[in-house]
Amino acid sequence: MRGRLVTSSPMTRTQDGATRAAVEVRMEGLSRHYGPVVALDRLDLTLQPGELIVLLGPSGCGKTTTLRLLAGLEDADTGQIFVGGKDITRLPASKRDMGMVFQAYSLFPHMTVRQNVAFGLRLRHVGAAQRDKRAMEMLELVDLPTQADRYPHQLSGGQQQRVALARALAIEPQVLLLDEPLSALDAKVRAQLRDQIRRIQLEVGITTLFVTHDQEEALAIADRVGVMREGHIEQLAPPTEVYSRPATSFVAEFVGLSNRLTGEVRDGSVVVRGFTLPLVEHDRPNGQVVALVRPEAVTLASHDAPESGPLVGTVIAVTFLGATSRVTVDLGDATILAQLTTADASALPAGSRVALTIRPDPVLVSASSDPAVSAAGEEA
Amino acid sequence: MAAVTSLGETPIAAPARRPTGMQAGRRRRLNIFRYVVFTIFGLFFLLPLLAMARFSLEAPNKLGTWSLQAWRQIASYQNTGIPPLLSSIELTLELAVITCAVILVLLLPTMIWVRLRVRWLARTIEFLCLLPLTIPAIVLVVGLAYIYNRIQRVELSALMLFWVYVILALPYAYRALSAGLTAIDVTTLSEAARSLGASWFAVIVRVIAPNMRAAILNAVVLTVALVLGEFTIAYLLLYTNLQVELYSISRNTPNAGVLFSTSLAALTFTFALLLIVSYAGRRRRGRG
Repeated sequence: MRGRLVTSSPMTRTQDGATRAAVEVRMEGLSRHYGPVVALDRLDLTLQPGELIVLLGPSGCGKTTTLRLLAGLEDADTGQIFVGGKDITRLPASKRDMGMVFQAYSLFPHMTVRQNVAFGLRLRHVGAAQRDKRAMEMLELVDLPTQADRYPHQLSGGQQQRVALARALAIEPQVLLLDEPLSALDAKVRAQLRDQIRRIQLEVGITTLFVTHDQEEALAIADRVGVMREGHIEQLAPPTEVYSRPATSFVAEFVGLSNRLTGEVRDGSVVVRGFTLPLVEHDRPNGQVVALVRPEAVTLASHDAPESGPLVGTVIAVTFLGATSRVTVDLGDATILAQLTTADASALPAGSRVALTIRPDPVLVSASSDPAVSAAGEEA
Repeated sequence: MAAVTSLGETPIAAPARRPTGMQAGRRRRLNIFRYVVFTIFGLFFLLPLLAMARFSLEAPNKLGTWSLQAWRQIASYQNTGIPPLLSSIELTLELAVITCAVILVLLLPTMIWVRLRVRWLARTIEFLCLLPLTIPAIVLVVGLAYIYNRIQRVELSALMLFWVYVILALPYAYRALSAGLTAIDVTTLSEAARSLGASWFAVIVRVIAPNMRAAILNAVVLTVALVLGEFTIAYLLLYTNLQVELYSISRNTPNAGVLFSTSLAALTFTFALLLIVSYAGRRRRGRG
């Protein structure tokens, strides 16, 4: 379901089996300052009904602040928030009808799992029998019906976060908010729970805002990814577009790895080390630039292979990543990264001469005068 | 939907390894040290209590004869010029209950609120709460005498002593509650409850307070112990609480047995409270 963009109004399933329309969430001109620090700078963001948007960015970029303003846990300095067309900017958190899962384990330690899930329903004066039935339904949704009578300290971290998800969904909120819910879990459980969250979100059809600093997580489950920097959104687009057509050099460097290669723009394309590549921004003026080239756009072949190209280098390192491997090639005046399948990379040990080819994917260029050719950004 | 449980999640707690070799020897020596210390301190506290029990059980004017007369007299004892013993016991217990209630109602929401919303005020609140520790009781009495003089003039109950007891118990209750608040993630728990629709009142009563049960019980025990043992202020402000009554008995009666039986009963009551708190805390921790 990657890249699914909801354009119609999907329906949310309610506890009596009925359905109701998922809501649109609109944030307009939201600003938030902490003393002299600008956490959010006139942010505009709209979540379509039933859509899952992931806010991605480095620490301090304002993603958690955005989520907390939407939840009502903090007040915006300026701007408005609309949910289903209704202005909720001044509504307290307890009246916003939003389910939230926190980064820290937030289950109430003195209650059993069942009581935790039913807590919101109890506050809404739902009868004991119905409350219990709903709690068990939610626990079945997160595959934990057998843990109903346990206490939080008897559960693993992943189980606790699933109960927190069940608790958030039990009240049938209009919006689901997830504040880095997987960051405290180990890699395997994180991947499992990530997929489960996405499956449940699609099943329930609820409008969801998910905050993370993990790009793999963001790209894996989002309908759209919003890459944030210094209190504003640099790019809001489906994951494939954010990755393959980054809007800014910050997005290109933050999402995935990029090689920074010097080149020259000539009539709407850029020539990099003898390869002509299309530009993301076609209206770029001619001149010297730095092109951001993804490692997977670089292919390697043994230098004596018949199809070897004009660009030649020496393999200096091969990093095993599982199904793929990352190969570092010394070009003499610089190094370049290439990402290959492990089977292909195994044929190119360190020290072997290789011919490089750059696939003609659209690339982003920056006018940076820095000629250094280096790897930049975070590991994808 | 596939069960994710089966795919490798492990419980947080892992079984402890059994100590061997030098570890076992060290543990044995540590245990012996513990028992020795426990025995010495036990005797230090127990011997005076046993002496009190012996004196309280000795028949008046008949040395070497045992009698429960002093214990029976707790409820009915009265001497000239002082109120009945039972009434001062009642007064002290009522004062303990009122002081505990006021302390908890005032302090608990304030501390939670400061922790959640006005953290910059935390140091000031801590300073104010600990301040009574630095003020001698006699200085407090001088300051409070004027107020209590007026209270006595309109013939208000001795229960009005609770105001000054609240001030006296503030540092101890604050420390106990502060330790309890530090032990839980108040911010996340309250935000989780708020997002589920809980009012601030529900957050405090249904979420935070139940998770501070041990801390609240500790605050209550410390407050009760303080009220049961308070003498100086009540005496100087001319109220007759349990300690003042015991003092009066010791000065005015040849029947020392009642003095010892009542003192021992008050101490036993406090110890019993401590045991209950300790048991309640252990039961909570050990659940599951």
